[in-house]
Amino acid sequence: MLRQVVVVGASAAGLTTVEALRRGGFEGKVMLVGAEPHLPYDRPPLSKQVLAGDWAPERARLRAEDHLDGLDVELVLGNAATSLDPVRARVELADGSGVDYDALVIATGVSARTLPSAEGLAGVHVLRTLDDALALRAELLTGPRVVVVGAGLIGCEVAATARKLGAEVTIVEPLEAPMVRVMGARIGGLISQVHADHGVPVRTGVGVASLAGSMGRVTAVLLADGTKLPADVVVLGIGANPAVGWLQGSGLNISAAGVECDATCQAVPGVYAAGDVASWTHEGLGAQLRLEHRTNATEQGIAVAKNLLAGPDNAQPYLPLPYFWTDQYDLKIQGFGLPAAQDEVEVVEGDLESRKFVALYRRAGRVTGAVGWNSARAMRPYRQQVIDGMTPAGA
Amino acid sequence: MKVLIDQDRCCGAGSCVLAAPEVFDQREEDGIVALLDPTPDESQRALVDDAVSRCPAAAISVVE
Repeated sequence: MLRQVVVVGASAAGLTTVEALRRGGFEGKVMLVGAEPHLPYDRPPLSKQVLAGDWAPERARLRAEDHLDGLDVELVLGNAATSLDPVRARVELADGSGVDYDALVIATGVSARTLPSAEGLAGVHVLRTLDDALALRAELLTGPRVVVVGAGLIGCEVAATARKLGAEVTIVEPLEAPMVRVMGARIGGLISQVHADHGVPVRTGVGVASLAGSMGRVTAVLLADGTKLPADVVVLGIGANPAVGWLQGSGLNISAAGVECDATCQAVPGVYAAGDVASWTHEGLGAQLRLEHRTNATEQGIAVAKNLLAGPDNAQPYLPLPYFWTDQYDLKIQGFGLPAAQDEVEVVEGDLESRKFVALYRRAGRVTGAVGWNSARAMRPYRQQVIDGMTPAGA
Repeated sequence: MKVLIDQDRCCGAGSCVLAAPEVFDQREEDGIVALLDPTPDESQRALVDDAVSRCPAAAISVVE
């Protein structure tokens, strides 16, 4: 009998789970536990509107306070979960309190990776939380020389925003092109051009050897090829690790890929995971998958809530169509599916030169993904092709 | 039920169009949400609530 649901992680996945539980008719108790003191806020604006100062931090909130009140959820903020005992069905919190549950949803997200040589150096930033964004913004306003390490989504967006704020920006990426993992080298290479057009050089194919500092503050980024890039501010956009430290010793199957779940997002009976932290079996792809996409946080939260309410015997496999977007300067990129760097690429709408196009990705004849540049609406017809490519034959 | 959209927040994901195609559309040029029906019939409520919940930019809200 489901009377008390505890959701650990008060960001998009956790909050959406709570909303979907209520929408699904759940009338029991719901507790939403967050490590940060802030009301649930959204992360995509952090590298854009919040970092740029276009939005006050409050505007990044996911829901208005009266909406949260309407959910009848016990919000426990600024109090991280510290351990889990799934046998006793109990979560311990940082303030020493504990809470029992009938069902638990793990939605603790990820933590930004850093570099050993960044230890103790002022001026080195990651961007994961609202506080990270505000701290970085304060430094960007001084017009510094900025080196962004990593040309993934976060790195590219931060570089664009920092440039807009007047900083002198360089991007360093060890792989052959920006965002190569989500769109391949050919299309990813265009991102380098976009940044170069805005006066932001992108150095690809070279890794970072270490960070240099003086008097406790970063002064330069040393590259593997011996180059020294002077820097007042360094932003590390080098990926993130699932926030599973509190689950050590819980007996859950935890890997470097996150909380390992079955196709219904269940880790062990009564315990589910959603969002960036969850690794689950995507039956369409026949693979274990973990997505850090914003839309996945929402869709997986909804799926987990439905499965909790349906019960384990009626739980449905979670089969999302992965979707990401990024805004850099005036460029809007959107992508469906999971194309790999080596997939065949075909431009099916527009052309690369005009920087308005849709590209389809194929592997062994199956469509694996679609990426659109400044083509949000033109992307929509390709959605079904990508879904078909992700569906097992006969399903 | 009155549907409100904040076009500044919209990221053009199109989740709302998939959830409630009679209420939402996307602008041709940039994919930003366009409201087809600001005061949808009560029969649309479940779909609109779904769109609110699925929007990755929290750009949609409903007032009574």
